[in-house]
Amino acid sequence: MTLTSDVARALAQGDARIVDLTHTLDPDFPVIVLPPEFGQCARFRMEEVSAYDHRGPAWKWHNLTLNEHTGTHFDAPIHWISGKDVPNGAVDEIDPSAFVGPVVVIDCSDGAARDDDFELTPQIIEAWEADHGRIPADAWVLMRTDWSKRRGAAYLNMAEDGPHSPGPTPGAVELLLERDIRGFGTETVGTDAGQGAHYVPPYPAHYLLHGAGKFGLQCLCNLDQLPPTGALLIAPPLKIKGGTGSPLRVLAMVVS
Amino acid sequence: MPPRKKDPQKRTTVPVLPPVARSRAALGLGVMAAQGRFGLQVCADCDAVQYPPRDACHRCLSDDLPWRDVDPSGRVLAETTIRVSPEPYFRARMPWRMGAVQLQAGPMMNCHLHGEVGRGDAVRMALKLDRAGQGVLVALPMKGSETMQDDPVLRAMSSDPKHRRVLITDARAPVAMALVQALLAAGAVHVVVGEPEAWRAWPERAAFEGMEQVSLLPLDVTDVSSVQTLAAEIGGKVDILINTASFTRPGGVMGRDTVFARDAFEVNTLGLMRLAQGFGPGMAARAQDGADAAVCFVNILSVQALVPDASFGAYGASQAAARSIGQSLRAEFAASGMRVMHLYVGPVETDPWVEPLPPPKVTPAAMARALVGGLVDGLEEVVCGDIARDVYARWQADALLLEREMKGTGA
Repeated sequence: MTLTSDVARALAQGDARIVDLTHTLDPDFPVIVLPPEFGQCARFRMEEVSAYDHRGPAWKWHNLTLNEHTGTHFDAPIHWISGKDVPNGAVDEIDPSAFVGPVVVIDCSDGAARDDDFELTPQIIEAWEADHGRIPADAWVLMRTDWSKRRGAAYLNMAEDGPHSPGPTPGAVELLLERDIRGFGTETVGTDAGQGAHYVPPYPAHYLLHGAGKFGLQCLCNLDQLPPTGALLIAPPLKIKGGTGSPLRVLAMVVS
Repeated sequence: MPPRKKDPQKRTTVPVLPPVARSRAALGLGVMAAQGRFGLQVCADCDAVQYPPRDACHRCLSDDLPWRDVDPSGRVLAETTIRVSPEPYFRARMPWRMGAVQLQAGPMMNCHLHGEVGRGDAVRMALKLDRAGQGVLVALPMKGSETMQDDPVLRAMSSDPKHRRVLITDARAPVAMALVQALLAAGAVHVVVGEPEAWRAWPERAAFEGMEQVSLLPLDVTDVSSVQTLAAEIGGKVDILINTASFTRPGGVMGRDTVFARDAFEVNTLGLMRLAQGFGPGMAARAQDGADAAVCFVNILSVQALVPDASFGAYGASQAAARSIGQSLRAEFAASGMRVMHLYVGPVETDPWVEPLPPPKVTPAAMARALVGGLVDGLEEVVCGDIARDVYARWQADALLLEREMKGTGA
């Protein structure tokens, strides 16, 4: 028997299962909101081209409008100024083997429930490693906050001084880079905290991760169904020429 | 008294129109009526005021007959009540009073009579758009009662928000709250205010919450499914639609950006089209649904729809396209009697995108006043504020000259 047939059998028999970490692409799903003088992330829009009618009698289809960073999405290194010269830094250039790999989950849901501006710190990562072992090289690291369960305006949680949502400190990102991770993912609208603009460097997850050629995933959900270690993440972005990111279906394979 | 609720077992009245056909010269009455002006042809050679409109002066045969604003004072010489008519529109509205008025400015004219005027009365004449969209003459009392707008003749020609239900499409627009207040003060029974992107918090929302006769419902003019959902839900209860959704960004045409331009077209142009597709057919079908029938589709336009300010090039293009859509919509609504009103404004006081511009600017309260006034008067073209009035007048006088002025080549 081959390894792949073992996997197929495990899935068929329920010894392994697939968890969908993706939000539905919906016109009402929040996108990141920047100061209005900047260009904005396009909302997801769907317009009917035909629906078994005079515009096309036997078929229904839609035109879509969206940004590379709308909905559950992947960030490639060239998304950020720090990663603009990273070799193979666009979604169409990334080695596809990077799209399937091990994933660890750091549970910050208690802290995020108490504090909208909860920070993932090096201490929290080290405490997690004390329980679960050192983060393996080339693993995805996901920050679980249960933020994906928020609805409406509570998701961006925008106040007059900007959004308030959890994220990593610069020190935490540096530690993850020391572990040589593959990428970092969150349940919030970005990999950085809502107030991430006020760190040094601003937006440390974007700046440091992409500068080091690492990837990002955001607007994930169902992280509460993943074990701290041992799951396999499947996250292939669309093959967009020169793309800085892509909406995608993110799946995790978990041993039952 | 508000109109009674209709009997759901009876068919909704199918729109029929008063007589439509006019000579080319007589179409000028509609041009005046659409702007709320009382104007007639006045001979450039001998100053004789003409009525009915014609191609040559009745006194000197000159063919130079420009339209001029004329003193509307007159006196009713005779009146009659019509009880039988071959016209389906009037048959449904019998009896109907008509009169002959001697205008102080010269001509005698047959006209519709307001209920508060009779033979021998001094009157002020008004040109009103009838449901066929044609300019017709109505004799109004010099000083009417407080309920003079409820007169069936006037009601049939106005878009009065009194007793009507109104949809304002974007609650986040700076003018939205002022409009809600002005509409309620004018007697609107219910105002639905569309809320785009409820996931994006906005502190002004609190002011709308808990207002009597006001409902916030989800509506995003850039999202066809959102427009269709709300239209399906409340489309049959919208008597007046006021599109306040607007997207402004500075930037010319040659700058590298088309993303903002696309947003401007998505909101200002295609958004308007989505609203027309979502709500238009239902409103047209209810255009003679009793005294609170659907009457008017309103779009708020920048005067840049007439002539662009190059520093807002893409925005101006979207406004010009929106005006064009409104004009097509007028033609498409013609068979139902539904009206399309354009409110033209210059820079608005609370608009952050025009903050660096010097005054005068128009306030939201003034916009709301002008808009509601235009509905009460049944207008199609309303211009609000000094800048918009100036640009509109120059555009009417000579659009090509105005283009050169706007380019900054005038001294």
